[in-house]
Amino acid sequence: MRTRVFVTLKPSVFDPQGTTVTEALHTLGYTSVKDVRQGKYFELDIDATSTDEARRLASEAADKLLANPVIESYRVEVDAR
Amino acid sequence: MKFAVVVFPGSNCDHDAYYAVNKVLGQDAEMVWHKDTSLGNADAVILPGGFAHGDYLRTGAIARFSPIMQAVKSFAAAGGPVLGICNGFQVLLEAGLLPGAMLRNRSLHFRCEHVHVRVEHTDTLFTTSGNVGQVLRIPIAHGEGNYYAEPAVIEQLENNRQIIFRYVTASGEVTDAANPNGSAHNIAGITNDARNVVGLMPHPERACELAVGSADGRVIFESVINGINGVGSHFSATALSSVGVLTK
Repeated sequence: MRTRVFVTLKPSVFDPQGTTVTEALHTLGYTSVKDVRQGKYFELDIDATSTDEARRLASEAADKLLANPVIESYRVEVDAR
Repeated sequence: MKFAVVVFPGSNCDHDAYYAVNKVLGQDAEMVWHKDTSLGNADAVILPGGFAHGDYLRTGAIARFSPIMQAVKSFAAAGGPVLGICNGFQVLLEAGLLPGAMLRNRSLHFRCEHVHVRVEHTDTLFTTSGNVGQVLRIPIAHGEGNYYAEPAVIEQLENNRQIIFRYVTASGEVTDAANPNGSAHNIAGITNDARNVVGLMPHPERACELAVGSADGRVIFESVINGINGVGSHFSATALSSVGVLTK
């Protein structure tokens, strides 16, 4: 089951990469882009019998490994069959 | 005394650490592979610098699950001295042996240069031979050394006197310009509650001989050596501070 995990820095955490990308976009003339936050995106192919099970497994993987709770939060999406 | 130097795939300062404690400071040392499950009869453990598991995902994120880390956790829980240098510090953070996390350097540049760090407290297993306020000239080499923790955690670190090294100017002042990576409160190194686990971004093992530009890093290893071997060690704290003075 195709499952997606989006990991992003918590809003309170300064994102030097996102800030640099924002500045680069401004240099290119995209001044309407007010802010960029850079994160990570994972596609998990999970052998699961339900979307709930896939979501639970992906969340567990994110809690244990994919995200660092000190600085990051995450969001899970599962494709409906 | 005997040091265990943990080797992860991608560690690249393991031999430097071994050289510093064995060849320079004359102690027994053993390399321990990350898949081992025992630290043997080591008296102290060093998690060296490098790029464990390629720094994939996050620095230290995969290394944290290496089999040897269970032994390191037990060793630390029993009060054993554990020193994490650079990537080793990042591993200790990911493993939860020290609080906080590392972000990309504020400048986004990999910084490789000598910096000055100030010894803030001497009541940890790795700073007993130093003096409060002593400024050490030690190199850094990292892209992700921007220490972060929630403000409440930083406050707790300050109140518990757990911030033991801070980036400073050559004369020992905490300034923004002296902060090479954007770390909160100029933090270069911290200790745990029990004060037996220490992590720092600078590389003391690369500053143990004047031939390489500084011997200031010795004091960190000497602290634990003196602590374990007792006063009989031939490197006294006085000798060390004179070495430090010579390099300035």
